[in-house]
Amino acid sequence: MRKVSIIGAGMTKFGERWDKGIPELIAEAGVRALVDANLSGEEIQAVYGGTMAAGRLVGQEHIGALLADAMGLNPLPSVRVEAACASGGVALRQAYLSVASGMYDIVVVGGVEKMTDVSTGDATIALAGAGDIEWEFFSGATFPALYALIARRHMTEFGTTEEQLAAVAVKNHENGSHNEFAQFQNKITIDQVLNSKPIADPLKILDCSPITDGAAAVVLASSDIAKKYTDTPIEIIGSAQASDTLALHDRESLTSLKAARVAAENAYKQAKVTPKDINLAEVHDCFTIAEVLAIEDLGFFPKGKGGIATLEGETALNSKISINTSGGLKACGHPVGATGVKQAAEITWQLRGEAGKRQVDNATIGLTHNIGGSGATAVVHIMKRAD
Amino acid sequence: MVEGIPSIWRKIPNRYRLEGNVCETCETAYFPPRVVCPKCRRKGKLVKKRFSGNGKIYSFTKVYTPPTGLELDAPYHLAIIELSEGPKILGQIVESDDKKVKIGAQVKMVFRKMKEDGNAGLIHYGYKFKVID
Repeated sequence: MRKVSIIGAGMTKFGERWDKGIPELIAEAGVRALVDANLSGEEIQAVYGGTMAAGRLVGQEHIGALLADAMGLNPLPSVRVEAACASGGVALRQAYLSVASGMYDIVVVGGVEKMTDVSTGDATIALAGAGDIEWEFFSGATFPALYALIARRHMTEFGTTEEQLAAVAVKNHENGSHNEFAQFQNKITIDQVLNSKPIADPLKILDCSPITDGAAAVVLASSDIAKKYTDTPIEIIGSAQASDTLALHDRESLTSLKAARVAAENAYKQAKVTPKDINLAEVHDCFTIAEVLAIEDLGFFPKGKGGIATLEGETALNSKISINTSGGLKACGHPVGATGVKQAAEITWQLRGEAGKRQVDNATIGLTHNIGGSGATAVVHIMKRAD
Repeated sequence: MVEGIPSIWRKIPNRYRLEGNVCETCETAYFPPRVVCPKCRRKGKLVKKRFSGNGKIYSFTKVYTPPTGLELDAPYHLAIIELSEGPKILGQIVESDDKKVKIGAQVKMVFRKMKEDGNAGLIHYGYKFKVID
């Protein structure tokens, strides 16, 4: 297996992008990544893209070909990857494998989702497809409801409180306020979260990531040629993915995602690092409780201590470990297929030292954690500045 | 979302009567029925099993923002139930006082209307659960 590096990254502003559709969003992010990598386009050999539900959200399928078309990259082979909310992370991994294998030297990987062309109710149904349609959705489960079931167990087993969950949202809005691409750049307080509209008890609207339009893209190259294009290639030193039951209720435990633990363990092993070596991580905070699970499953905090650690500020920018410097899914926004790729773009900028006011001091190793559904897919990448 | 008629028809044994299966090799019970026992794989032997519908609440939530089609039901309680035979199942808790809906509460299955496909479409039925004192 060859070593693989990220040589370019780009994203669109995340938010309610009524002015743009899927082709415009992916082209904007893709062109930014290509410009960032100093490529004219001829060097690219394949396109990978993550999109969860374009068919339900805008009626468009055949997204693979659409991506290459919109980015002006025909006739390159182009593959659309779907793994629910982990579509972007899994697309990144497929692109990584294609370069690591020696099949290609340079590929571009994008992620995109256009979610605001339909009503919230219809978007809720589309997202429910990330869970088990026959045995969860049929009984009236929504995604907030599934994560609320997780939250209730975590609160019961470990004493996690609603205030601790709220602290996740407060911290991520604080980080998002320094990110020009974030959907929400306003700061919020714990009281505002606690008093916001109930969605699925104990989760309130400010515990939930929003419905978002947006796209992100990164360019991958074999590490031996990466320096030709950039002075600061970011090497992917670990890449792992795992699966679990589609339905939440089929799992032995609700308070930890086994797929995330397995993916993390394998990524750490490949990268030859431990959780202590990670300076910053972009984790999948689709709901506040999901970030608590993530920082426990990744080994940053002991099981059951993720909530209190967050409330005590241990995950804030430049604290013990900086979690979700982009603002995470909560504040940066969650265009589902784009999220996994956006996480990689954020880590790239951080490891290059280009993150401005949200820069993590002396960042050398970063991690991305992208979850599909309620944990049926997990994909973890570990990245290191190559110089 | 409108579910096709064959899809509803083929799940009648499961949704109306809680039919699942059990692996005779490892004695693990499954709902809905599995084609392959994930523990025993090729050594597994799955046979039909009807569940009693008795169990207890493992986790619960109250849903205030329902998907399209369930607006009239909201807010409703949704729970993961641990059936007395072992498997866990997701279902609504109905006809139960808010105060009684808690982890560990004993429930039994009730047969109820789930939703309808518009004014002239199919009516879907299935299982919900109710707290028993």
